[in-house]
Amino acid sequence: MNNKNIFIVIPAYNEAKVIVNVISEIKKNYSNIIVIDDCSNDSTYEAAKSTGIYVVKHIINRGQGAALQTGITYSLKQGADVIVTFDADGQHDPNDIKKMIEPIINEKCDITLGSRFLDGRINIPYTRKIVLKLAVIFTKLVSRISVTDTHNGFRALSRVAAEKIEIKQDRMSHASEILDQIPKLKIKYMEIPIEIKYTEYSIQKGQSSMNAIRIAWDFIKNKVIK
Amino acid sequence: MNILQILVWVFILFAISRAVLRFREGTLTSKEFIIWDLFWIVAGIVFLFPNITNKIAKILGVGRGTDATIYVALLVLFYMIFRLYIKLEDLDHNITKIVRAIAINSKDNIKQDK
Repeated sequence: MNNKNIFIVIPAYNEAKVIVNVISEIKKNYSNIIVIDDCSNDSTYEAAKSTGIYVVKHIINRGQGAALQTGITYSLKQGADVIVTFDADGQHDPNDIKKMIEPIINEKCDITLGSRFLDGRINIPYTRKIVLKLAVIFTKLVSRISVTDTHNGFRALSRVAAEKIEIKQDRMSHASEILDQIPKLKIKYMEIPIEIKYTEYSIQKGQSSMNAIRIAWDFIKNKVIK
Repeated sequence: MNILQILVWVFILFAISRAVLRFREGTLTSKEFIIWDLFWIVAGIVFLFPNITNKIAKILGVGRGTDATIYVALLVLFYMIFRLYIKLEDLDHNITKIVRAIAINSKDNIKQDK
């Protein structure tokens, strides 16, 4: 697309079953794909390597936040102009990448945030919906940013935004941390409606609603201490 | 002085000598050295002259000296735990930095076929 270097960053932990499919789908349209293997104990690394893309490996498991930052740092080093963060479990639709990066390429904003709630095309477990809605209120109060989906791994960042943002929270609270930094660093953002595919595989692997409390606690605790 | 009091003083001198050693080898900074010495001396005084704590308790408005000592000890303990916790978080953060550097600089990173 144009002359911009677009990098797709996929942090992965034990996704050997689906990672090859995810990569192949994206590979149809994009060539700079980076998988960060967060020290999986299955064959995620080998599976990703077999597709011929960049694979970076953490020698100790550090968490999705850490893996994401590693991917972003690596992409910037490789000269990325636009960085897309994409989940490894198959929940995200590669066809949505185009509309996620368009506003960045057209310089309408520096970060786009995927939202599963924006246009109501969603088929989500009831309990999960309540937790996510509560998270929206929490985020609005604490981080002073208004979004409809606070825990969506599908984002696109301009080089400028990627250089400004620093993910210090290694584990799952990194999503809140990124949102927190957007108003602070005065980064222009936009929400884009995207499709989330809830398969049995991804639901089983995803965040339990109880984890939400732990994530919130981690986030607040780090905000106060740091 | 009875035997117990002598033993306590011996122990305190021993503890302070350990602190001196650590200070000399650089494990303790001068600030930490002074704080630990004060700690041992205060602990010794409180142990040997328990009535002092009663006087302090009266000033603080607490019941008995023992109570005051326990409250202070708890506060100090919680503060120390807090500091340890921060130190652990820092360590964790630094470990991630190292893992990241290893990951990014590794020669195993496959370049895609062009």
